[in-house]
Amino acid sequence: MSQELFSPELKEFIYEWKDKPGNLIMVLHKVQEELGYISEDAAKEVSSMIGVPLATIWGVVTFYHFFKLNQPGRHNIQVCLGTACYLKGGEAIIEELDSLIGLKVGGLTGDGKFSLEAVRCVGCCGLAPVMTISGEVFGKVTKSQVQGILEKFD
Amino acid sequence: MAYKNYILVCGGTACESSKSEEIYKNLIAEAKALGVEDQVQVVLTGCFGFCEQGPIVKVLPEDSFYVQVKPEDAKEIIEEHVIKGREVKRLLYIKEERKPYEEVEDIQFYNKQLRIVLRNCGVIDPENINEYIARDGYKALEKVLFEMKPDDVIEEVKTAGLRGRGGAGFPTWMKWNFSKVAEGDVKYVVCNADEGDPGAYMDRSTLEGDPHSILEAMTICGYTIGAHQGYIYIRAEYPLAIHRLEVAMKQSREYGFLGKDILGSGFDFNIEIRLGAGAFVCGEETALLQSIEGHRGMPQPRPPFPAVKGLWGKPTVINNVETWANVPVIINKGGKWFSEIGTQDSHGTKVFALTGKIKNSGLVEVPMGTTLREIVYDIGGGIANGKRFKAVQTGGPSGGVITEENLDTPIDFGGLQRIGSMMGSGGMIVMDEDDCIVDVAKFYLNFTVDESCGKCAPCRIGGKKLMNLLEKITDGKGTEDDIAQIKKVALAMQKGSLCALGQTAPNPVLSSLRYFPEEYEAHIKEKRCPSGKCKKLIRYEINQDKCIGCTACARKCPVGAISGEVKHPHKINQEVCIKCGVCKQTCRFSAVEIK
Repeated sequence: MSQELFSPELKEFIYEWKDKPGNLIMVLHKVQEELGYISEDAAKEVSSMIGVPLATIWGVVTFYHFFKLNQPGRHNIQVCLGTACYLKGGEAIIEELDSLIGLKVGGLTGDGKFSLEAVRCVGCCGLAPVMTISGEVFGKVTKSQVQGILEKFD
Repeated sequence: MAYKNYILVCGGTACESSKSEEIYKNLIAEAKALGVEDQVQVVLTGCFGFCEQGPIVKVLPEDSFYVQVKPEDAKEIIEEHVIKGREVKRLLYIKEERKPYEEVEDIQFYNKQLRIVLRNCGVIDPENINEYIARDGYKALEKVLFEMKPDDVIEEVKTAGLRGRGGAGFPTWMKWNFSKVAEGDVKYVVCNADEGDPGAYMDRSTLEGDPHSILEAMTICGYTIGAHQGYIYIRAEYPLAIHRLEVAMKQSREYGFLGKDILGSGFDFNIEIRLGAGAFVCGEETALLQSIEGHRGMPQPRPPFPAVKGLWGKPTVINNVETWANVPVIINKGGKWFSEIGTQDSHGTKVFALTGKIKNSGLVEVPMGTTLREIVYDIGGGIANGKRFKAVQTGGPSGGVITEENLDTPIDFGGLQRIGSMMGSGGMIVMDEDDCIVDVAKFYLNFTVDESCGKCAPCRIGGKKLMNLLEKITDGKGTEDDIAQIKKVALAMQKGSLCALGQTAPNPVLSSLRYFPEEYEAHIKEKRCPSGKCKKLIRYEINQDKCIGCTACARKCPVGAISGEVKHPHKINQEVCIKCGVCKQTCRFSAVEIK
């Protein structure tokens, strides 16, 4: 199992960081970058590779918002709920996604295409409200544009 | 050889989201296609600050300020401006004829600003160290290494009166001095770039636009306190800033400004990047250090302060990005020069992220002591869409609201505290009459409750308790007793919480209660939300005189709550209505009203 889970590059990265103090979070970032999330198997693998107890790893993974425990969709949607976006209707985008494709925060569509997370400030407050899909940023989004934006992704 | 024109394209995150990179590439391609690539230099810079009008392209030497540029405009800019020497009028921010002496600085958005921290943002190519050097970059480091003793540096920072820009405003020289005199041969320098306040992005813009200034400042501090290792703790959500820092660190090493034997001085200093992982509490310095060490980011009791016992138990200076960015300028121009800017208790400038219901959203840097009115009305252009000003929130989830009556208070550390808010990291969120103050307080509290690390009870339980009380009020179930209860819980949190997150979490609630008691009363006594935001307290109704029976709303209603015959006034069944507001958006006759 372990051999297929991590790519050789990832393993090399982990070995490189193995003895550096405070390596755990950096390693987990790299794992998530490759796998899209931190699965239980991945956490176990990290545990045996760097010699940190699984409980410690799980403690860290669940503490930080950035680490995901479930596999995201092919296209991950982020809707910004920072203050500026909240005031300008970020929540309306989330409601619209729910009514259009039945997608809720933290959820995944049945076909595995879209997943949705609510995030804090992507730092484009001038473009509020903002949503991103697979890294592409959409600014000043109105409810009526959501359908059209979703259609750009397949 | 000298170029005829220089084109600066904003490469900040907000502009880049609006395809500025494509604009940059198109400009280069068009210049090449039209055979003028040797006449024009195109530079991708850091943030210009005027995010509302992005993407922004500035052409020198004419100082033409083009706004909302699209990738397909590149050809016209090259053809018209560079080749024919005519400005592209339709893209100019100021379309009227400019007087010959007028410059970009005359645009109202810029002319009250003073750029020290953002001095290089939007001016240089952040991925080219030579441009930083050309603007006095690394001059301060050289001066410190060869002309100043560590005590001289501390004295200079002390004279400047620089205070931490991360929120608390602690004198920077004191932190440095504590670490300098602390025992031990291993010490650390840390840059706090875990900008967590939702609605603040000055640190990210500084890192994206001028990464070398941070590296230079940290190295100066390293020399001063006797540290050889620095860490930049930055949010993983800022990929562009991380990339630019990595490029800057590489170039800086190649040039001998970082690494072993810096500039032949015998002083070694290295910097590593450590990524945050989306925990607001990690902006608190002891939690941040925990996170660098690879643990859950939980705050530790202070004292001992990190300056004495920090990272891995060693003396550690932690400053935030904006604080660092001031340091090279202070060394170059002198502490005295810096101390003359600003007010008695706060020297220098402050960068604010002006967002919300404001006409000109963006990043503004003003001398301390500027009033809120100047920022909101002169720089920000006032409230968008002709609405009425209600309040400004400063200090994010730890701060409070500032109302009309205090708009003329000079902004500095003490001034904001006196009116029940705080400087914080510099988020400035403008609210208009449509925003419900109770709802906004709930928003911030929701944030801090979610971000509480759960270590100490006052924050963990108190926050939740406050949240429940606010929800009760916005649900229309509030009683007068709840206000007293809120104040009691808030006091317990302020007095008993371990770190600033819990201690300041009740601030948005308390400050809105102080300035808008009548709004809380309307929710509690009259079960009414004056701004029509709290869903459980509003009803959508169709004005029978205005409705012409076009059926548009009934067709759009997702729950079939609207009924009526064609060409006759319709009605909403309140039992079924989910208050989504689609009917109000759909109606072209303003017949749907919020009651």
